[in-house]
Amino acid sequence: MVFTTTVTDSDEQLHNTFASRYVRTPVPRFKMPEKSMPKEAAYQVINDELMLDGNPRLNLASFVTTWMEPECDKLIMDSINKNYVDMDEYPVTTELQNRCVNMIAHLFHAPVGESETAVGVGTVGSSEAIMLAGLAFKRKWQNKRKAAGKPYDKPNIVTGANVQVCWEKFARYFEVELKEVKLKEGYYVMDPAKAVEMVDENTICVAAILGSTLTGEFEDVKLLNQLLEQKNKETGWGTPIHVDAASGGFIAPFLWPDLEWDFRLPLVKSINVSGHKYGLVYAGVGWVVWRTKEELPEELIFHINYLGTDQPTFTLNFSKGSSQIIAQYYQLLRLGFEGYKRIVENCTENARVLKEGIERTGRFEIISKDVGVPLVAFSLKDSSKYTVFDISESLRRFGWIVPAYTMPANAEHVAVLRVVIREDFSRSLAERLVSHIEQVLQEVDARHGHVSTDASYISPAVEENNHQGKKTGAEKREEEITKYWRRLANGKRTGVC
Amino acid sequence: MVLSRIASQSDVSVHSTFASRYVREPLPRYKMPENSIPKEAAFQIINDELMLDGKPRLNLASFVTTWMEPECDKLIMDSMNKNYVDMDEYPVTTELQNRCVNMIAHLFNAPLGEAEAAVGVGTVGSSEAIMLAGLAFKRKWQNKRKAQGLPYNNPNIVTGANVQVCWEKFARYFEVELKEVKLREDYYVMDPEKAVEMVDENTICVAAILGSTLNGEFEDVKLLNDLLLEKNKATGWDTPIHVDAASGGFIAPFLWPELEWDFRLPLVKSINVSGHKYGLVYAGVGWNIWRSKEDLPEELIFHINYLGADQPTFTLNFSKGSSQIIAQYYQLIRLGYEGYRNVMDNCHQNAMVLRKGLEETGRFKIVSKEVGVPLVAFSLKDNSSGHDEFEIAEMLRRFGWIVPAYTMPADAAHVTVLRVVIREDFSRALAERLVLDIIKVLHDLDALPPSHHKHQETPSPKKSDLEIQRETVACWKKFVLSNKSVAANKNKIC
Repeated sequence: MVFTTTVTDSDEQLHNTFASRYVRTPVPRFKMPEKSMPKEAAYQVINDELMLDGNPRLNLASFVTTWMEPECDKLIMDSINKNYVDMDEYPVTTELQNRCVNMIAHLFHAPVGESETAVGVGTVGSSEAIMLAGLAFKRKWQNKRKAAGKPYDKPNIVTGANVQVCWEKFARYFEVELKEVKLKEGYYVMDPAKAVEMVDENTICVAAILGSTLTGEFEDVKLLNQLLEQKNKETGWGTPIHVDAASGGFIAPFLWPDLEWDFRLPLVKSINVSGHKYGLVYAGVGWVVWRTKEELPEELIFHINYLGTDQPTFTLNFSKGSSQIIAQYYQLLRLGFEGYKRIVENCTENARVLKEGIERTGRFEIISKDVGVPLVAFSLKDSSKYTVFDISESLRRFGWIVPAYTMPANAEHVAVLRVVIREDFSRSLAERLVSHIEQVLQEVDARHGHVSTDASYISPAVEENNHQGKKTGAEKREEEITKYWRRLANGKRTGVC
Repeated sequence: MVLSRIASQSDVSVHSTFASRYVREPLPRYKMPENSIPKEAAFQIINDELMLDGKPRLNLASFVTTWMEPECDKLIMDSMNKNYVDMDEYPVTTELQNRCVNMIAHLFNAPLGEAEAAVGVGTVGSSEAIMLAGLAFKRKWQNKRKAQGLPYNNPNIVTGANVQVCWEKFARYFEVELKEVKLREDYYVMDPEKAVEMVDENTICVAAILGSTLNGEFEDVKLLNDLLLEKNKATGWDTPIHVDAASGGFIAPFLWPELEWDFRLPLVKSINVSGHKYGLVYAGVGWNIWRSKEDLPEELIFHINYLGADQPTFTLNFSKGSSQIIAQYYQLIRLGYEGYRNVMDNCHQNAMVLRKGLEETGRFKIVSKEVGVPLVAFSLKDNSSGHDEFEIAEMLRRFGWIVPAYTMPADAAHVTVLRVVIREDFSRALAERLVLDIIKVLHDLDALPPSHHKHQETPSPKKSDLEIQRETVACWKKFVLSNKSVAANKNKIC
């Protein structure tokens, strides 16, 4: 406990926070302050600044869970001081991770025997999961090439151009070439036929996405598997598939259990899923599951032995909190198959309501499909007077954060708005959003002739603020901040997962 | 919100949790259960199982923070549902990270101008921080070699054998060779001279540790810097230094500000520190600071522009919680220099009390130094009685204390130590109580006949779930302890 012997100032003991001197001194930004301050003041100062952040539950850009039951919040807070990696000290927490891995592996139809343990690991998110999966593929491919006496310095991975940024990171950091299948207007996911064409002897795997970030669509993994099996027969390369089911992994098994995309397809060797998306846990947990032990090269694993059965640990992060793992187990146990199914059904139903409401305005074209992640992606039928970026900006006034993006190559001329339906987005909110969109449309129509400064989103250059009018300096700056920020952040293709 | 319609039984709404049927059914372990259960039951079941975990605050093995003020807990809970990576939606949270980076960079005397922004990033822990730093060194070295037309396929990194396991991970996953300077009895850190000897043209950097995991000692970074400067002059290789200040980074500046180990030394190009160790935040936050923009190759950075000023992002993780970043900022402004100094001073004093208490028993030799991370590492003077440090550790568990026992890495694998880490929340009263309990344990052991250290595991027939459960905890502990006695095994606790 900190016993601060601060200056003899009646300030601290008597005055309430907003009467003390701490709220009138500038907040430290570059250097640590010399002196301590009372905890109430520190709390208040930070809490107040954070009021200016967006409201997480109105953040319709993100797939990541923003609400959990209070009972789970309590479990989270109780375990916030447990360092997950101390397996010796917290064996039950480690056991809970193993149970989650097994449950998720079974959900994905991993070919594990009745009491055989699945091969998988909990991570901080799908980024880490994908890096681990990619590392496994890379090492396996290298070993195979070394054994065959062939060069192994030019590994590549085949994906669609719609991949989330973490695949680019994997490629850049682990020195693997990224071969992207370009999209085209009206077809915003990876084309299996084109992907298989691009496979060569240096391909360590083909990555398919179940739940594309941009439109929520599921890629046709079954077709990919079929075509790749044929090619493998001809070439003898044995190229495997990885399914990035970050969003879709906790949706497809409940809504479309007959859709074959997981380990039921023989070429699928590993799958990642984000616990913090439709796994319904707060940000900070992902899972990767391998088909069998053979898919995970021994040399990558650091070994811990658990009751005689083998417990491999293979993660990039070491110390981290235990809260999210426990929360994931809570959700799996609390909801069960039935509960997850109901929630995703609700989401899909609310997505339908939203979609219909948007269609009724007559001004939008729906880009997202009905089968996929519950989201609605829509573009303007007519972008000549204003763009989706203007609509996105105007919706902010109501508190909604609805992102606007352009598609990657070769469909950059298509710009969409995207609303993600999470567990806590109820029908009443959907109806309210529709009415706000209608309001916004009326406003931008009235401002006919207003030139959008957002038209050229590609350049991150600073642009002039065209909105003159009666605004105070601070308000103007505030508005500039949000506008520049969004405009410049839009320079990254997909910033949210 | 989940509107779960459970089967129409009076069970659910009327009976208390322990009267309902949910506590008499076996728990799902391999497959998701078909049906939902009420939230109170779910909470209770999980909460009760977790009672069998160790108590974080009595876990004297860990450097990682186990207590924060309730005001901070409130900030943490409030931001639990904020996904840190949504910089567009949560600009203030992003700003707080930048402020932390700047404050820590200044703490480490980074050569920055008055309003110049520091180069650094918040990570999930020192593992990620070290991987990022290593990646930067690797890429920089590769670019340099390519420009010179020399081969660049065999990078290596020079460290002491006392490095934490994340350096091994970095080496294995990013295909860099790890050249370790072996230790010897009574010298449990990296010897700067031997390290500099091992440097060759393929060395991407030399990593020094400020606060060795095993005994808390600070390596002599200044000497390393001086020797490496000489060698660089002779060879022209320009090998840089990285300081792994995971523990020491938040201690040395407050207790020993004249100790030169940071950016004051010209060859130090990046430093990592764990926010969740002596940064006094819960598990889940680390920091990596680079000396200047030149030390971070552009091609590794994904760019986001913030109000015209450049905001590079370079992390392995993407989505993660915001709580720990906010908590770090809370600690930095709440405590300030004065507060951190007071906390570290307390830790140091309490470590001295514990050290003295152990010395007074006459049975232990203290392996840790006084200057270093506040911990006490000690081994038995005399193992001839047939009992060793692992048994002491096991018996201390009875009192609730978790005190780990380890063997040193090569070439001092015959030395076993017990190690107690003094964190912020380990008061003097607890220190004195621990000494008493250790004395009790010594008495108990003296009365026992000498025992074999290696525990044999008999092959067992199929066990019931409960037996397996019990065996789990017991065997788990034994296996990990026996694993720790293997010479090649490294200390896996950070």
